[in-house]
Amino acid sequence: MTTQEKNAAADDAGSQARRGWMSLLAKAPEDRLMALWAAYGDSPAFDWLRQPETGAVMVRGRMGGTGAPFNLGEMTVTRCSLALADGTVGHGYVQGRGRERAQAAALIDALMQTAAAGALRQAVLDPLAEAMAEAREARAAKAAATKVDFFTLVRGED
Amino acid sequence: MNASATTAYGGGFTDPAVDSARAFRAAMNVMAKPGEIRDLATAQPPAPLSPAAGTLLLTLCDPETGVCLAGACDTPEVRGWLAFHTGAPVVGAAEADFAVGTWAELLPLDRYRIGTPEYPDRSATLIVEMDALEPEGATLRGPGIRESAQLSLPDAAALAGNAMLYPLGLDFFFTCGGRVAALPRSTAISEA
Repeated sequence: MTTQEKNAAADDAGSQARRGWMSLLAKAPEDRLMALWAAYGDSPAFDWLRQPETGAVMVRGRMGGTGAPFNLGEMTVTRCSLALADGTVGHGYVQGRGRERAQAAALIDALMQTAAAGALRQAVLDPLAEAMAEAREARAAKAAATKVDFFTLVRGED
Repeated sequence: MNASATTAYGGGFTDPAVDSARAFRAAMNVMAKPGEIRDLATAQPPAPLSPAAGTLLLTLCDPETGVCLAGACDTPEVRGWLAFHTGAPVVGAAEADFAVGTWAELLPLDRYRIGTPEYPDRSATLIVEMDALEPEGATLRGPGIRESAQLSLPDAAALAGNAMLYPLGLDFFFTCGGRVAALPRSTAISEA
């Protein structure tokens, strides 16, 4: 592996990890995220690159996860971008109209690229991921309890 | 509270709706009154773009307008800044809706689209970065000018040739620091 390839691989792993926390922050429930962020407590100074703005994005889906893509519908998204004092850029994209929440998401994204990443992951991202996994499992379990298996022994028409 | 151009992506509009409306008004007025020079320095783009050129790009470009960055303007910083704020694709001169650079970098002019007889609007607008922009030099006459106006043009003969193509041809913004002037294809140019 050349140095360049190593750098590219590291970049890939980095952007993979970043994709993970961006996804988590985008989908996180507002009250939970804000509570954890407030509990973390350390909100650094920053400059706006893009003030929070609300718009709509088209959500696309695939039937059964494998079919041809179709437009599922539009959803409201709020985004913002900011730079910390050391120049680290953070982007926040969250569902809904929460400007505070977009700002918190952008700050977390920026801080996750700094030395504060470990503490932040422990204080905010891990509990958030756990809570969301729990909620998902609870919902899946509730749905599974109502599952009905249909099967046909003999069809009546002949 | 807005970050300066020293940060990556910094120096955009603080209040995009109001800032871009004001900048559009200035751009429209200078184009409507060739030879008039106005202040236009809301944005702080990365070097070597001037504030006026950066503000024009933020105001006029979106994901559907191809931008040609000529010569020294084509830096990773400028590309990143343009993509972050406008989403405009960077394209070659032949597909460009807007081109930005110094006069020498933008030449030759016949690389750019001048429109078609059916659609003369499908032409490029050139944003020319100037060292100086003064109301002196070549004489301008035509729509939007009461008697005549004067503007320091980079190459009056080439621009007069462009005006000969009317209704086809290129339109020009001239930027110098935080000031802007314009020259539409409809203006007749004579040497001073």
